[in-house]
Amino acid sequence: MSTLLEVNNLKKYFKTAKGMLHAVDDVTFKIDKGKTLGVVGESGCGKSTLGRTIIQLHEPTEGQVIFEGKEITNMTKREFDSVRPQMQMIFQDPYSSINPRMSVAQIISEPLIIYKRFNNNKDMIKEVAKLMDTVGLASRLANSYPHELDGGRRQRIGVARALSLNPKFIVCDEPVSALDVSIQAQILNLMQDLQDERNLTYLFITHDLSVVKHISDHILVMYLGNMVEFASSEDMFKSRLHPYTKALLAAVPIPELGAKKERKLLKGEIASPINPKPGCRFAARCDFARDLCYEKQPEFKEVHEKHFVACQYVKEINNI
Amino acid sequence: MDNKLLEIKNLSVQYITSDSVVKAVNNISLTIGRGESLGLVGETGAGKTTTALSIMQLIPNPPGKIVNGEIILENVDLIKSSKKELTKIRGNKISMIFQDPMTSLNPVITIGEQIAEVIRLHNKLSKAKANIKAVEMLELVGISEERFTDYPHQLSGGMKQRVVIAIALACRPELIIADEPTTALDVTIQAQVLDLMEKLKKDLNTSLLLITHDLGVVAEVCDKAAIMYSGEIVEYGTLEHIYRNTKHPYTIGLFDSIPKFSENVKRLKPIKGLMPDPSNLPDGCNFASRCPYKIEKCTKGDIPVFEVEEGHFVKCIKYDSKEGV
Repeated sequence: MSTLLEVNNLKKYFKTAKGMLHAVDDVTFKIDKGKTLGVVGESGCGKSTLGRTIIQLHEPTEGQVIFEGKEITNMTKREFDSVRPQMQMIFQDPYSSINPRMSVAQIISEPLIIYKRFNNNKDMIKEVAKLMDTVGLASRLANSYPHELDGGRRQRIGVARALSLNPKFIVCDEPVSALDVSIQAQILNLMQDLQDERNLTYLFITHDLSVVKHISDHILVMYLGNMVEFASSEDMFKSRLHPYTKALLAAVPIPELGAKKERKLLKGEIASPINPKPGCRFAARCDFARDLCYEKQPEFKEVHEKHFVACQYVKEINNI
Repeated sequence: MDNKLLEIKNLSVQYITSDSVVKAVNNISLTIGRGESLGLVGETGAGKTTTALSIMQLIPNPPGKIVNGEIILENVDLIKSSKKELTKIRGNKISMIFQDPMTSLNPVITIGEQIAEVIRLHNKLSKAKANIKAVEMLELVGISEERFTDYPHQLSGGMKQRVVIAIALACRPELIIADEPTTALDVTIQAQVLDLMEKLKKDLNTSLLLITHDLGVVAEVCDKAAIMYSGEIVEYGTLEHIYRNTKHPYTIGLFDSIPKFSENVKRLKPIKGLMPDPSNLPDGCNFASRCPYKIEKCTKGDIPVFEVEEGHFVKCIKYDSKEGV
């Protein structure tokens, strides 16, 4: 299996009045072609910033992003122009991520016009019709405006627009969070079908753990800009090792009777990402925290095969 | 039953505008017993919030109008009550927790004052005494006394929702209506808030009407559940009935749409199509156009409600015992 995207020690800091905000701090991973990496974490953990930094919507503070063997982080704007169409994004809110003054056909054709993919209008209209069909939008909607459509259909427009340039890699930033479950299932199925047909690679950002389990091959858990745990989806749900991942999964309400387990509540709340203190960023909320946790930042290391955890006491906590 | 606290009978609410009549809630009936918690589940536009606002008599009028039905709280019909009577009931007997804690608090008043305000409104207490009670309420929801003089923007989302809960509980109401109380919160914070609500409910024997789209939250907190679809309750029963003996095709579809934690499903089974336009509801069953079990009879006349087992009601002609389907 060949690697499509490689991220090495990626950092993104923002300057704020109160100090440096460490949104993404030292993130490293690889995604193979045709696979899905799910990124999970709570609000403010840096998952959206990570997605945006990877496709160069933010300039990284440090680190590399390598796409198909070429480093894109040091490319000039002109060089990057040829890579950009291959990396697209689907946004969370189908209400604010599409222009309300453009018709469905105009929204989907805009990338095609910008990248001058067609020199005659007829071919382009054909292509738009094909894209609409692919994502399950009826052709009669071509001249409708977004406000006439429901959330599910709007998100289909977002998907069609992302697909229009035939990308290899799509960052999906909470694409189904604003949708009702019955519609969410329709969109998730659509995205899986598209992945199978076109061999697409996804970076799937979400806070919904049941969705991430369903769609991902690998899962990365983030906390305050740091990587906390990385494993295959199966491994992660069978044996999670980091105390934060454990608490996160235990907090999810399960729609089954008798599923109620001894709920271990995580105390406190996520700390500020501005000028974080040294040491483990989760320490203040962790039941197992000891002095060392407050002094030294834990290394992100392989505990089992292809199962990485950032915790000094991971072996003791899990009796390995 | 003696233990009945709130009873809704045949409630219908419509929003009437110059060019259409939106039938938001159509002929629903339900009861909540003392100390009981009922989950009202449905998707966007199902009429959950309209139902809650009708109980509080807070439907914006115009365009909203309760066209039919009774809402009886301890032998008093809230629909027929005067404004003065309602003011006494709201906050005192029934109180409401809204979805978004960022917008349901007043940004220019300290949180302590906002709690004390409710207490003073319903009890004849001096300002000092009300403040002492407000501090007690804050501590009850796990916020320390020092935060009394904080303004809402100084608190995190989870803490704001705790303050909203403290306000709702300040007068020891008999019924709390919580409209998506944890939807805006992260899962770990949601778990804290749900835990708190459950504990307080047990300690104070308050009844709860929990409005949510999350079947997981209902499974954790409620005793009974009512599933709403385009203004109607399509299935109603205990959690055991709804989760273990699911009957209505919509409820079945809803469960199938959720990605499961415990099993590996390669593909989800979504419900095809969309909810009908509430200003143009079809004849017969509202779910018929999306239903895999549709028969001809589904698209004609009113669909009756059947009791498939004791206390388990389903609005679907599939369960008509005379039909023997």
